[in-house]
Amino acid sequence: MIKNKDELLQVRKEAQEQVAAYDCRILVCSGTGCIATGSAKIYDEFVKLTKDTPGVVLDFAPHDEGEHEHVGVKKTGCQGFCELGPLVRIQKGDEVIQYVKVQIADCQEIFESTVLKNEVVDRLLYSKKDVHYKHPEDIPFMAKQTRIVLENCGRVDAESLDEYIAAGGFEALTKAMFDMTRADVIDEVDRSGLRGRGGGGFPCGRKWKQVARQPEKVRYVVCNGDEGDPGAFMDGSVMEGDPFKLIEGMMIAGYAVESTDGYIYVRAEYPMSVARLRHAIAQLEERGLLGDNILGTDFCFHLHINRGAGAFVCGEGSALTASIEGNRGMPRVKPPRTVEKGLWEKPTVLNNVETYANVPKIILQGADWYRTIGTEGSPGTKTFSLTGSIENTGLIEVPMGSTLREIIFDIGGGLKDGAEFKAVQIGGPSGGCLTEKHLDEPLDFDSVKKFNAIVGSGGMVVMDTNTCMVEVARFFMSFTQRESCGKCVPCREGTKRMLEILEKIVAGKGELEDLDRLEELANMIRTMALCGLGKSAPLPVISTLNTFRDEYVEHIVDHKCRAKVCKAMRRFVINPEYCKGCGKCAKNCPVGAITGVRKECYHIDPKLCIKCEACKDNCAFDAVYIEE
Amino acid sequence: MLDQSYYRKTDEIIEHYGRKAGSLIPIMQDIQAEYRYLPGELLTYVAKEIGITEAKAYSVATFYENFSFEAKGKYVIKVCDGTACHVRKSMPVLEALWKELGLSKKKHTTDDMMFTVETVSCLGACGLAPTMMVNEDVHPSMTPEKALALIEELRGKG
Repeated sequence: MIKNKDELLQVRKEAQEQVAAYDCRILVCSGTGCIATGSAKIYDEFVKLTKDTPGVVLDFAPHDEGEHEHVGVKKTGCQGFCELGPLVRIQKGDEVIQYVKVQIADCQEIFESTVLKNEVVDRLLYSKKDVHYKHPEDIPFMAKQTRIVLENCGRVDAESLDEYIAAGGFEALTKAMFDMTRADVIDEVDRSGLRGRGGGGFPCGRKWKQVARQPEKVRYVVCNGDEGDPGAFMDGSVMEGDPFKLIEGMMIAGYAVESTDGYIYVRAEYPMSVARLRHAIAQLEERGLLGDNILGTDFCFHLHINRGAGAFVCGEGSALTASIEGNRGMPRVKPPRTVEKGLWEKPTVLNNVETYANVPKIILQGADWYRTIGTEGSPGTKTFSLTGSIENTGLIEVPMGSTLREIIFDIGGGLKDGAEFKAVQIGGPSGGCLTEKHLDEPLDFDSVKKFNAIVGSGGMVVMDTNTCMVEVARFFMSFTQRESCGKCVPCREGTKRMLEILEKIVAGKGELEDLDRLEELANMIRTMALCGLGKSAPLPVISTLNTFRDEYVEHIVDHKCRAKVCKAMRRFVINPEYCKGCGKCAKNCPVGAITGVRKECYHIDPKLCIKCEACKDNCAFDAVYIEE
Repeated sequence: MLDQSYYRKTDEIIEHYGRKAGSLIPIMQDIQAEYRYLPGELLTYVAKEIGITEAKAYSVATFYENFSFEAKGKYVIKVCDGTACHVRKSMPVLEALWKELGLSKKKHTTDDMMFTVETVSCLGACGLAPTMMVNEDVHPSMTPEKALALIEELRGKG
């Protein structure tokens, strides 16, 4: 039990001594990505190797003076470079070596060479253009990032409270509780200019202020971990990689607005986030850092976890609180706003995972320091998940105001396999596409809005010329249509009609008037839908129509999909050089579109062809191809 | 008619979360985790026990995509069709699974109750797209061939 501030300081001192006593720490990335590529087995293997090696001990008491090597095997949060997983770092003092794509068979060699001696296994280092990068911070992907929220990810054991405390954990909370008044805390957050990282960008301090001045004394602190945007995994990475930091941020919010209960709403698809958070809460309760009379003061705070059940709309504030209450997760008309009547009709601070994770550092280092990072209107950093057709996929954190060029080309390493850049989709189904001409624009909450997109939660999907923008618009519309909760007519009916039109265009049956209809519907939904998700649902269509209108026209007028994605637009042709005139394709064609004379080249009638590929799949001579 | 043991298990779950309206969703989640679906009889029972109308319980259960009134297969395969997976060609993976298992957009579970195939909007492992999840395990960088090999492996396990 940690009963007061002095005891916490004592625990930190011991925890730091313990961490420093390791001769070597093996840090195995245990984010969702690396677990999927097998890092759990790598962890087990290192534990086994450590236990089986004479003269090496895994668990030891602090101040252990024995004549043996102290080796720690730790599970860390996302080290970032997901595509090159499983990732393993070997840390000795300040020196950290990063290995990539580590397989079970490599563990022994790493252990014998790097852990026991100081030899580097070159073939497991990240290399690019014949340069081997030894330290994680040297890799261009990492070198250009600024990690505040993800600071601990990859450095500390994500499951150990002691390691978090050793890394300075709960220093911010004690500073808030013992050296600052509640009003000071809110003021500091307000002055920092921290804005909601879930996508809206609402000033966090203003929200806290509004809650603090409500006459109602029962208040709640709620964390939105319902990261529903497809292509986004930043919040999941924070919850599983540094759960204590998120919790500390929520506790500071709880202290500031005099709340005694907090709720974390985690989406159903993140079982590991739920497990890590539960584990973290259990440790904190056991040590007395969560519960009644925290650190011997009258501050009481209890934390609960609610799992989502597969409804995207629950990422909207009022839908989320409805879901925690056990209702259908549907948004309601505002005002009253969540800060006045939120969870169970009580004043509620509702912020996103990344927003809370920013708070401890702001309290500790101050608003002025925070404002030195990022832009005037959007201070701080932003995490992005960089995916799609890009060389380095993974989790990144950059200062607000970084340009797309820095993110995609410097950090992301450019497009995959040297493909040609076409667009980057940001903000998920509520966002839009940015293109070549936006590459040098600084990215922050306000600038991106001007281009009919939003920073959103931070999903960033890079697309090359093999992507059809009409199909992308259809993809997002089918997502929002499916996820529309059905409460308001503009979203429920409007997204359905928009989807129908897009499906028609993709199927080659569009008319030019459809584009006007799309725009009309889009503007109607944008102005009239009930909630933010509905209002932003047409954005992917609006932004692609603005930037890639010629592609829409091509689909409609020329029946051509330049990316060769839309099946209905493809034209199947038989190559006379390869065709032996066997007639198999004509026999297989379900609509009789292929005719010809035996031993001569057959012919496909494009008007009859339904693009089923039966001819192409079954041709023994690969004579059927799709026309360029 | 459900066996008495179903009700005993449900009682345990209700006790754990408390007899209040707000417990409905976690109770349903645990029942579904136990039986891989939400038996209608149990939902009626839960509604009565926690003091809400049956209509309310059904309105909530049908709202969320995760609740299923139909039994699911032993292996629930969720093919990710999030943006990152979509642009890295997740649909051919889904189509290959459908073809192999005789499933479709409308039919999700094989008759032998071994496999359920669904799509999901994002598993959060976008760096390894396209991905899919079998029960709680995420499988990275899928191709139609890898998916079919995995089915073979699971069939072997029984």
